[in-house]
Order: sequence, then C-alpha cells, then structure tokens
Amino acid sequence: MKTIKVSVVTPDGPVYESDVEMVSTKAKSGELGILPGHVPLVAPLEIGSVRLKKDGKTEFVAVSGGFLEVRPDQVTVLAQSAEKSEDIDVERALRAKERAEQRLREQKQDNIDFKRAELALRRAVNRITVAERKY
Amino acid sequence: MASLRDIKHRIASTKKTSQITKAMEMTSAAKWNRGVLNAKSFVPYMEKIQEVTTSIALGAGGVTHPMLTHRPIKKTGYIVITSDRGLAGAFNSNVIRRVHQTIQSRHKSNDEFAIIAIGRVGRDFFVKRGYNVVLDIVGLHDQPSFQDIKEITSTAVGMFADETFDELYLYYSHYISAISQQVTEKQLLPLTDISASAPHKLISYEFEPDAEAILEVLLPQYAESLIYGALLDSKASEHAARMTAMRNATDNAQELIRNYSLSYNRARQAAITQEITEIVGGAAALE
Repeated sequence: MKTIKVSVVTPDGPVYESDVEMVSTKAKSGELGILPGHVPLVAPLEIGSVRLKKDGKTEFVAVSGGFLEVRPDQVTVLAQSAEKSEDIDVERALRAKERAEQRLREQKQDNIDFKRAELALRRAVNRITVAERKY
Repeated sequence: MASLRDIKHRIASTKKTSQITKAMEMTSAAKWNRGVLNAKSFVPYMEKIQEVTTSIALGAGGVTHPMLTHRPIKKTGYIVITSDRGLAGAFNSNVIRRVHQTIQSRHKSNDEFAIIAIGRVGRDFFVKRGYNVVLDIVGLHDQPSFQDIKEITSTAVGMFADETFDELYLYYSHYISAISQQVTEKQLLPLTDISASAPHKLISYEFEPDAEAILEVLLPQYAESLIYGALLDSKASEHAARMTAMRNATDNAQELIRNYSLSYNRARQAAITQEITEIVGGAAALE
C-alpha cells in the first residue's frame, strides 16, 4: 500500500515521524482525511487528535491547535504542543482539567482569563480522551 | 611582607574559590550542551513554519494581515532577553547596553516605548532606570519549554495586534560558538523580512478555508516561535558565556595560588635563614 511521510513538529522538537497510509484529523473547517497523493494543502487545526493509520493499526497524537501542511511527498503538523497517546501524562491532564474547571466557575464569561481557562480545559480534556482512546 | 600564616590563609581561600568556579564551569558546560541541543531541536519547527509562512505570504498574492503591514509608529515595544543570574562575564551587560543606547538614540520620552523583560538582570536594570516595563518573566528553567513562555509570547504578540505597540523589537544574545556570542537586534513585528528568506521553490497550496484564515492562525504562531527561538539561542549563549567566564576565573585563581605559594616559600626560607643566623650569632657570642 502506498504510504506518505508524516511528521509532527513542536517547538520542543519533533514528536512523531513515520510513514503512514492515512492521516485524519479535525481542521477548523471540519474533519480532514489525507491519503498519499493529496494536493498541497494548508489548514489550521482544532484542539484534537491526529490519527495515523499504519499497517492496520491506528496511532493517536494529541495536538493543541496549530496547522497541517500537505505536500506531494510529506505531511507536516506544526503545533505548539503535541504528544503521542502513550506519552501523555494523564495525571497532569486531570489536574489541569480540575484547575481549569475551578477557574471557569469563579470567573465571568467575558473575561480574557475565562477564555484562557476554557482553552486550557479543552486541551486537558483532549489529552485525556486521546490517552484513553475513547471516541 | 605578609606573615606565613596570612599567606597560608590566602592560599586556602583562593583554592576554595577556584573549586567553586571550577564546579560552576562544569555545570555550565553541561547546561550549555543541553542548551545547544534544545536550540537544535527547535530548528526543524522554525524552518518549517518559516517555509509555510513565506509560501503563503508570497504565494497568495494580495493577502493582507495587520502583522504584515507597517503602520505609523506611536509606541515601540522592546523584548529584552537576559539571564536571571550574573557571573556570566559581559553577557548581560552587552545586551543591556545595546538596548539602552538604542532607546536613548531613538526616543525622546519614556512614553514612546515599553519594555518586555525576560530575565531578572534586564528587568532590574530597566525598572531601576524608571523605564516602563510592561511585562516581565523571571525564574525561567534552564531548559525552558515552549509552555513556560507561551503566556508572555502570546501577550506580546497580542499587544501588537491590539495596537498597544506599533512595532516590536527583539534583543538577545545570539549564540555563535562557545567563545563567541553576539548581541542581535531583530524586528519581530510587523513581519517584514519574510520575502528575504524565500525558499528556492514556492509551492502553491490549497487553503482550507482560505489564506486569510490561515494567516490568522499562522502569523501569531510564527511570531511567538521567533521569540521562543531567541530565548533558546540566548540560553545557549548564557551558558557558554558563563562557562568561559568561570574558566577564566579558575585560571586566575590558579595563577594567584602559584604566586602566593612562591611568596609563601620565600617567606618560609627567609624565616629559616633568619633562625640559623640567630643560632650561629648566639653560638659565636658564647665563644
């Protein structure tokens, strides 16, 4: 089967690099599936997971936003943070979730901190779901 | 001449100092290695994001974004990256001097600019001078992760977006080699040097949903990663500078110890000679 090279890169270094059969993820404009031979494309991503299909198995990488770049020979995900599902610190994500929920309870809706807490909550929840692979 | 005991004390204390500086040199060397590695692992991200930004900004003609356009300058922001601790030779003072001179020559009043300080030394300096330090972050880890400074980078970029600043400069010490670091000034925003770094061939992308929406996400991320890159660069420089400074200090201490040992031996020999002379003198007097 044809494969395409995929790398997930963050400021702290590359997180994932491999040849896969299919990449699927959630872009701002909706679900997106990339197969080898896709036209060059750039799309911003939602906080969510990147699913990489390889030899009948699927690997998961949690990303907090960023964007996806597709070239004829390579797919690159550039995110400010990303973790492979097995590398996620669930304990930490749970703590972050609690912190964010606490803050959301305390603050008013129009506050900047509110939005920030909301994003933090979404990131934490995303990490937890990716780590537990519940979809 | 100082007494034997004094010299002995001095040798002992200098030796202790040299042990400390030696230890500091070694920890700095380890941190320096890590710092250079960190800076290296950031390179792929930076290259990639630069490539995409350039392709989009140049490829999709007619795209405009506030971060790409000049506007009349009412207020300038300076991001100054220094270290938290001293004992790194001229590392901090070089950066600070450069910023200070630039500000003196460019601005007439304190209202025309504001400073964002990363690192305690820089912050303290500018606060003491009564400059307007709007944001500061101190106590950063030696191997900072992107999350550690995410807040300051997004606030800084946000302040440009909401027109608190009309331009944003970045000052840091660029790492060239273990013995050479150079203070660098970089215009962060508006992003003007994008076309200068154009790759060899531009790929024409499809945009999902469109180029403007992507720039909206991409440009802040690009600007933020520039700040992070500068910080990593500065950390590598800091440890290299401290390593060199501590090596010099250790060498100086060794030199001092050598001199002291020489005068110690001289003083001891002089004392012995004097004792012999006294004994001989005493014996001669008895005859």
